[in-house]
Amino acid sequence: MRHPSATTGRPGPHRSAIRPGPGGVVRGVLLRLLLLLVAATGLALLVPGIASAEGETIVGTLQTSRSGPIEGIEVTVATADGDEVDSVETDEEGKFAVEVPGAGQYTVSIDADSLPEGVVITGEDSRTVTVDAGRRQPVQFGLNDGSQGSGSGNIQAIQLLVDGLRFGLLIAISAVGLSLIFGTTGLTNFAHGELVTIGALFAWWVNTGLGVPLLPAAIIAMIGGAAFGALNELGLWRPLRRRGTGLVAALVVSIGLSLLLRYLIQILYGGGSNPYQGLGTSRAVDYGLFRLTNQSLVSIVISVVVLVLVAVMLQRTKIGKAMRAVADNRDLAASSGINVNRVILVVWMMGGALAALGGVLLGLSDQVRWDMGFQLLLLMFAGVTLGGLGTAYGALVGSVIVGVFVQMSTLVIPNDVKYVGGLLLLIVILVIRPQGILGSRARIG
Amino acid sequence: MGDLLNAFAVAGKSALGFQAVFFALLAIGLNVHFGYTGLLNFGQIAFAMLGGFGIAISVSQWGLNFWVGVLVGIVATVVLALLLGLPTLRLRADYLAIATIATAEGLRLLFRSVSASEVTGGTRGLSAFNGDFVSLAPWDTGQRYSVLGTRWSGGELWVALVGWLLVALLCLLVWLLMRSPWGRVLKAIREDEDAVRALGKNVYLYKMQSLVLGGVIGGLGGMVYVIGTGAANPDQFQNANTFLAYAVLILGGAARVLGPVVGAIILLFVIQFADTGLRALINNGVIPEGLLSATDVAQIRFVLVGLGLMLLLVFRPQGIFGDRREVMLDAR
Repeated sequence: MRHPSATTGRPGPHRSAIRPGPGGVVRGVLLRLLLLLVAATGLALLVPGIASAEGETIVGTLQTSRSGPIEGIEVTVATADGDEVDSVETDEEGKFAVEVPGAGQYTVSIDADSLPEGVVITGEDSRTVTVDAGRRQPVQFGLNDGSQGSGSGNIQAIQLLVDGLRFGLLIAISAVGLSLIFGTTGLTNFAHGELVTIGALFAWWVNTGLGVPLLPAAIIAMIGGAAFGALNELGLWRPLRRRGTGLVAALVVSIGLSLLLRYLIQILYGGGSNPYQGLGTSRAVDYGLFRLTNQSLVSIVISVVVLVLVAVMLQRTKIGKAMRAVADNRDLAASSGINVNRVILVVWMMGGALAALGGVLLGLSDQVRWDMGFQLLLLMFAGVTLGGLGTAYGALVGSVIVGVFVQMSTLVIPNDVKYVGGLLLLIVILVIRPQGILGSRARIG
Repeated sequence: MGDLLNAFAVAGKSALGFQAVFFALLAIGLNVHFGYTGLLNFGQIAFAMLGGFGIAISVSQWGLNFWVGVLVGIVATVVLALLLGLPTLRLRADYLAIATIATAEGLRLLFRSVSASEVTGGTRGLSAFNGDFVSLAPWDTGQRYSVLGTRWSGGELWVALVGWLLVALLCLLVWLLMRSPWGRVLKAIREDEDAVRALGKNVYLYKMQSLVLGGVIGGLGGMVYVIGTGAANPDQFQNANTFLAYAVLILGGAARVLGPVVGAIILLFVIQFADTGLRALINNGVIPEGLLSATDVAQIRFVLVGLGLMLLLVFRPQGIFGDRREVMLDAR
């Protein structure tokens, strides 16, 4: 079993790598692996898009959990015939990048003797990689900092549980709007993922472009998300409802909107992924049974606080009660004097703001990408369906279960197919209890 | 002017080539599902992927005969349709939609995962499985031929020819089926499921048959595609393609036999024309590089398709040929 080591590699069956050791500080390895998964998925998604635009590069990172990034290690790249292409040293983040003259096979080697005290290479000190035309080819070296071999299965399970909770709460935040929109208007909104992406992107732009710290940037993004939700409702869905567009037609329209927005975002933002700025350390803090980065902790706290606020609002305030009434029975709500269109507008604004917040939290752990929302959308659907389509609390419960399930499933299945587990769960729910945990039988038709 | 003519020619080639056959077949399958039966299948691309990989895996990995590969692909699509239909066909339309899109995405992620790469080739995919088929061409496939101002390789011509023959045959099949008593039951299910049930028909069974039939047609589309490109890669089967096929279907007219064919030709012409035209405009400096770069153009097609889908459904849900009364988009 290897300890988390050189990264930026392909997502692989890294199960051994996500087991934290007892001593030292483990960085958010799981998060990074998740990020790798998303990033590598993205690379392939863009096939003709960005791939042809760049020259061929070999990249990698040298780091371990205890030593952190390892600076100043010489990395040499040679062609298959043994001619040296270039030799570079890793920077303060442990990263290196070597431009190669073209596609083909290359040998990458590192100087094992210059590694810091206690860090040894597991396996060979050179790797042969094949670089495709126009690709940044990641390469990884197995490094061991001596903290291996002592994480037990239980500890790993608790670690995954905590991380699953974080992920599930994030899905829940994004999905509350999806479920309430379905409940109040009957619309299955396939463009909800784009609300998430737009929130994350907007916050990223405010954060890195205008130099605003992330917390205020996130609040600005939530306001932007609410405005965008309102724009959705006023500019598209309310006129369509007035025209009497059927629900299935509206569903296909939302798919059109999703495609339009997603690829527009890719054109404007590009195919890469970017982190937020000014986050401080990303080292994990040891809490005994599990480790958590401060960012993840903040993410969990914010999620819980916001979700409690949403619940209180739904339960206690007038508009919240009106929302539940409209979701329950629209005609009855209208006839008892509730302004249904106003309620729906508020639902859209709330959904937009929450989705934007979910996007920021997702961007915090996985970086900001043009298709991050769409990736999350299917898990949101899984969560909402599990909880019961159209119910606010169902979305909450279901999403948390899906998040935990997806993370815990990496105990038995490779990391790069963990989303498949979530989607499988969705289908199993549809077989066993299609109305979900909190849904009512009448809704499923 | 020369650029314009060239854009026309390239777009024409795309509208008649195997890509158009691929989308036409996907849309014919969706027509059976959505146009005639009212099933909202958003995972059509999964059927195509299984069809394509059926051939690719059988031939490249297991060393089987090409035609056995075709059979394997068809069986795989039938199995997928049964597995998918069993739990979801009793539910309302949007549940089927969510389940099918989730299945398609899940299968793609599974096929491209590291653990599956021994069978599917992972993100690299598989190649070198279409030799047996291409060698059947009555002309020299190594040569290039000039058709309508564009160059086609012999292989491309052969795949396109066989593909369009397949499209014609399947259109004939759909036409015959839909005027049979069986087809009338399907249309009745689309209009009013409960009424059909009251007449003593097993709605579930009919829906299942429709799902299998349309799925197999989609699988054939995937086969044409992988044979045309000569490689099978899970990332060729993005679920955006399902929505492109929906755009094809709705543009041509749902519940019309020739709707998907006309839709495929028109849509591929339009997006390829936009693609080539925009690239030419960027290269000539008409559109400044800062506004839109050549690499962005590849994404424009999806923006166009998304916009087109929205406008069509809002303003003309019956498409070019359809009958508004028949496109009951509120069916289950």
